[in-house]
Amino acid sequence: MSALLLHPWPWYVAGPVIGLFAPLLLWLGNRLFGVSSNLRHLCAAIGPRGLPYLSYDWRREGGWNLAFVAGILVGGVLAGLVFRNPEPIAISDATRSALAALGIHDFTGLVPRELFAWSSLTTLRGWLLIGGGGFLVGFGTAYAGGCTSGHGITGVANLETPSFVALAGFFAGGLLGTFVLLPLVLGAFR
Amino acid sequence: MTPAAGVERDVERRPRSSTFGVAPSRGPYAPGLWIYLLVGILFGITITKAEVISWFRIQEMFRFQGFHMFGIFATALPTAIVSVQLLKRRWGRTLGGDAIVVPPKTLGRGVRYAVGGTIFGLGWALTGACPGPLFALLGSGVGVMSVAIASAMLGTWTYARVRDRLPH
Repeated sequence: MSALLLHPWPWYVAGPVIGLFAPLLLWLGNRLFGVSSNLRHLCAAIGPRGLPYLSYDWRREGGWNLAFVAGILVGGVLAGLVFRNPEPIAISDATRSALAALGIHDFTGLVPRELFAWSSLTTLRGWLLIGGGGFLVGFGTAYAGGCTSGHGITGVANLETPSFVALAGFFAGGLLGTFVLLPLVLGAFR
Repeated sequence: MTPAAGVERDVERRPRSSTFGVAPSRGPYAPGLWIYLLVGILFGITITKAEVISWFRIQEMFRFQGFHMFGIFATALPTAIVSVQLLKRRWGRTLGGDAIVVPPKTLGRGVRYAVGGTIFGLGWALTGACPGPLFALLGSGVGVMSVAIASAMLGTWTYARVRDRLPH
């Protein structure tokens, strides 16, 4: 039992389970699985008024989704803190050496502590990674009208051409980010 | 299009709808928010235990150096496609008895999906997290991800500001 709680799930368990959330939410109440809408709902809730994109009844449209994302946070507490996997993530040796070449040596957590810590915010590098990266995620997902869940799973499951285009974009951007932007940020602002 | 079972359910639910006056858009059994909180918790546990929220796993994926993430996509997508299509075409109804409706997306010129998607991908590679994982990581104790979430909200708000001037 403790093994199931503490150990990471293999891909052949995790994948099918992830794929079932889109039909589950549809079946529960015609809800479209997609996390990034919550960024919009949160902006609509606290942002200044007057922008048409953010002027709607966010409680009515997004109440269920905000509850869902609050759940994700609680799930993170349970699976990542209470029942935390004590072992380092078992990434391939090739990735380890590629990342070591970029100056990353701590492989103990879910994310490299050398980059994603409060102390990183005293450096330009940390702001570019965390603030800049977050900004690109929020801007990109709003522009594209969905993220990895809304396009990558729901849109693809509904066989929507726009979602396949968006998914190709996600991957193209990811490759550009990994092989151009990341080495630039980590190298130039050490 | 509507299967026989759906028609039967239509008939049995007509009197119930009439007690609500106009047929409710969310059905008489619209689940409460706590259901979505619960499903969110299950999703948060799943993506954390699946390690898809790990910056290391995302790097491994974009460098094509491991099978884990691709194995997840290769099993999650067929599962989602088959189950959603079955739900729409065969089952056809929600828990509350409403017709399943997935509003279609319009491609248009497709610029927003290609360009917006690429911008999103750049951010995904840097933070190693898309929106769901950002919240799961915050829960997992990576407190600084709150700054990434705030920045993502600023990004969405900026899009709202410049939306009229962008090609879609």
